Amino acid sequence: MDFVQNFPCFSIVLSMFASIFSSALNGKHAKWLNTAVLIIISIMSGCLLFYLIGTGQSYVYMMGRFPAPWGNEIRAGILEALMALFFCVIMLLSLLGGESHIKAEVDPEKVNLYYIMINLLLSSLLALIYTNDLFTAYVFVEINTISACGLIMIRQTGRTIEAATRYMIMSLLGSGLLLMGLCMLYDMTGHLLMSNIKASIEVIVAEGTYTVPLLVTIGIICVALAIKSALYPFHSWLPDAYGYSTVSSAAILSSLVSKGYIFLLIKIFYRVIGFDIICNSKVINILFVFGLAGMIMGSLNAIRENDIRRMIAFSSVAQIGYIYMGFGLGTEFGILASVFHIISHAATKSLLFIAAIGLTDVSGKKRQFINLTGAGYRNKVAGFAFTIGSLSMVGIPMFSGFVSKLLFAQAAVQTHNKMLPTLIVLAVSTVLNAIYFMKTVIRIYTPIETEYPTIPFQKCKVYGITLICFIVLNVILGMCSQPIVDLIRSGLNMFA
Amino acid sequence: MSRLKTKEEYQKTKAYRFFHWYSGEKDPYLDKVEMHPQPEKPKEELTIEERMHDRQIVIDKVYDFDKNKNMKLFNRFYAIASIIFCIIFITILLIAVSYLPRAGSAMNPNNNEVSKRYIENGLQETGAVNIVTGMILNYRGFDTFGETCVLFIATSCVMILLMVNEEKLKDSIELNDRRYEPKNDVILQKVAFVLVPIIFIFGIYVILNGHLSPGGGFSGGAMIGAGMILYVSAFGFKKTQKFFNENTYKVVKVSALTLYGVLMIYYFYTGANGIDNHIPLGTPGNILSSGMILPINIFVGSEVACTMYAFYALFRRGGL
Repeated sequence: MDFVQNFPCFSIVLSMFASIFSSALNGKHAKWLNTAVLIIISIMSGCLLFYLIGTGQSYVYMMGRFPAPWGNEIRAGILEALMALFFCVIMLLSLLGGESHIKAEVDPEKVNLYYIMINLLLSSLLALIYTNDLFTAYVFVEINTISACGLIMIRQTGRTIEAATRYMIMSLLGSGLLLMGLCMLYDMTGHLLMSNIKASIEVIVAEGTYTVPLLVTIGIICVALAIKSALYPFHSWLPDAYGYSTVSSAAILSSLVSKGYIFLLIKIFYRVIGFDIICNSKVINILFVFGLAGMIMGSLNAIRENDIRRMIAFSSVAQIGYIYMGFGLGTEFGILASVFHIISHAATKSLLFIAAIGLTDVSGKKRQFINLTGAGYRNKVAGFAFTIGSLSMVGIPMFSGFVSKLLFAQAAVQTHNKMLPTLIVLAVSTVLNAIYFMKTVIRIYTPIETEYPTIPFQKCKVYGITLICFIVLNVILGMCSQPIVDLIRSGLNMFA
Repeated sequence: MSRLKTKEEYQKTKAYRFFHWYSGEKDPYLDKVEMHPQPEKPKEELTIEERMHDRQIVIDKVYDFDKNKNMKLFNRFYAIASIIFCIIFITILLIAVSYLPRAGSAMNPNNNEVSKRYIENGLQETGAVNIVTGMILNYRGFDTFGETCVLFIATSCVMILLMVNEEKLKDSIELNDRRYEPKNDVILQKVAFVLVPIIFIFGIYVILNGHLSPGGGFSGGAMIGAGMILYVSAFGFKKTQKFFNENTYKVVKVSALTLYGVLMIYYFYTGANGIDNHIPLGTPGNILSSGMILPINIFVGSEVACTMYAFYALFRRGGL
């Protein structure tokens, strides 16, 4: 076995170690440890990605001395390595961009607790990405939930405590449903390992036994993960959680935490239940309808919002709707578009959150649009970055959002009966996106004389450089999308 | 100057008096005005009433169900809809469960090669007489490591919410919390004096015999934690801090988790790469047997005990 193949296991355990050590360190050292760990894991995931592209085959890694159905195992393929690399980079950039706000908004004695949460969140995300066992997935879903809750309430104001409570209730409901679904799957198949369950389910479907419980199980698992990733009717926890927590938390929650659950759902589709069985069940049509509803309703709510952070949060609801709509199409290409949208939305949404905080900082920390007038002149980098993010969200060519919308449209054309609604809603949603994002961009570039200070680039170097990195990432995703799409396609082929 | 005034005349003019007062040489009110300390205005209650006024209006107008028809309708709809939803959901689940195989039948899908190997080969492969411990700590060690991290992150989360940094504030919180409790209760102290050592010894026994008899790190740790909570409620935090304070807590927690992690990474690395295991399994049934299960039980036990006690202390006084 090559040494590179140890990297998934190393990166999970390394981030756990980092969180354990952070509890003994002070805030500053914990921050450096976290940055170092993120860089190391990004490098390891990059190496793994190159290795896997070279071999062209996924592999399973035994976590211990016993092979799969008895012991634990994790599995790494191109898609997993790509996601791990990408999640680490986004997390690193989000933390760097919100660094000054963590310092200001978190009690200095509790900063190390913040990094405990971040590190364990990272380990759970990596475990959700690499896992090949449903029970391991459930354990790390638990860790993910608790640490996300900690990230929300680390800034202690009334609104964040309320948001964290809401998040906890909704998210635990999701966990409970997921556990119920897993129990029923175990009862029907007698396995927890993904590949074994898939083999048993093929037998079950062929024999025609357990049709009802199987359908219920698929439904429960889909609803559970939809609640956790804030699909439209279950999104009520989202705006407060993203709108009032400290900005790094908001960026990480919107771009990584919900995406981790969606990735788990894709994994369950492909590796547990089997894509054909999922497509033949009617559950996928419900996801499709909810996705479409989310695309419209999220945007409508965002238009009505008068608070820039909450507006971006509602825009997340719309984008999650896109992803589920891609699932609902029921084709390989639809899933491919969804996975690309996971990546592109993560890059864009964290950019928007980080840029918006720069704009509110030069407007006396007020988040209403009336105060933001002309903020783009007062903090030029943030204004520019926000414009790029908005253009990408609306779907202007050259930026990542355009590519994902194009992929969705292509996927829709390949289906017979879902083409028309998808294309219509896609067009309507694009117009609605343009309404609220362009409104904001025009607002921040309206010249006005105010008493608010101007912040030059020299005064916020780390912040500015982070935003530039985000912009570069976005443009790369938009301009050189084909290699990434090819990687995702080969990764999805490895899944099956 | 045509109209010069003498000094006496000038002193009688208003201008002189004004400048005299202005330069601060004379207090115009001294000996002329009676001075009282101002009576305190009963302002507090007024402001509270005023503050409550708006709230009262909201309560009266919005939440008064007699007047607010929409709210009344919504609440009724909400109650009925939730009941209907629950009934539908329960029905669906019951129908689904009725199709599942009956519990306890030998033909069930979950009586397969997985549990067979655990039962038949568990003893040889893990060296643990208690198959359950062997299964959770050896076969599925990764899951259990994750589960231990859940405990760790739960304490950290409670710390975010409840931890207080100033020592004085902690004491006042504790006093406030225990206002209506008897302090230094003799009955409690005598009972604790007898019970706590027994609980500790039993907890340690359960942890150390985790691979031989039912129990293990999680249950034994919970016992030790319960013993510590009993000790604290009988003798107070001052006495407990002599042997278990924040530094001890940190050292125990970090070292237990780190050593556990090191053992786990050794186990994963050697297992996956096919390197020989250098931890001897020993004779099954001996106290020093079953390889790494005994140390892991000790680490899990100390982590669980710390977590239990930390929860209690954090809820009680916002710190250890």
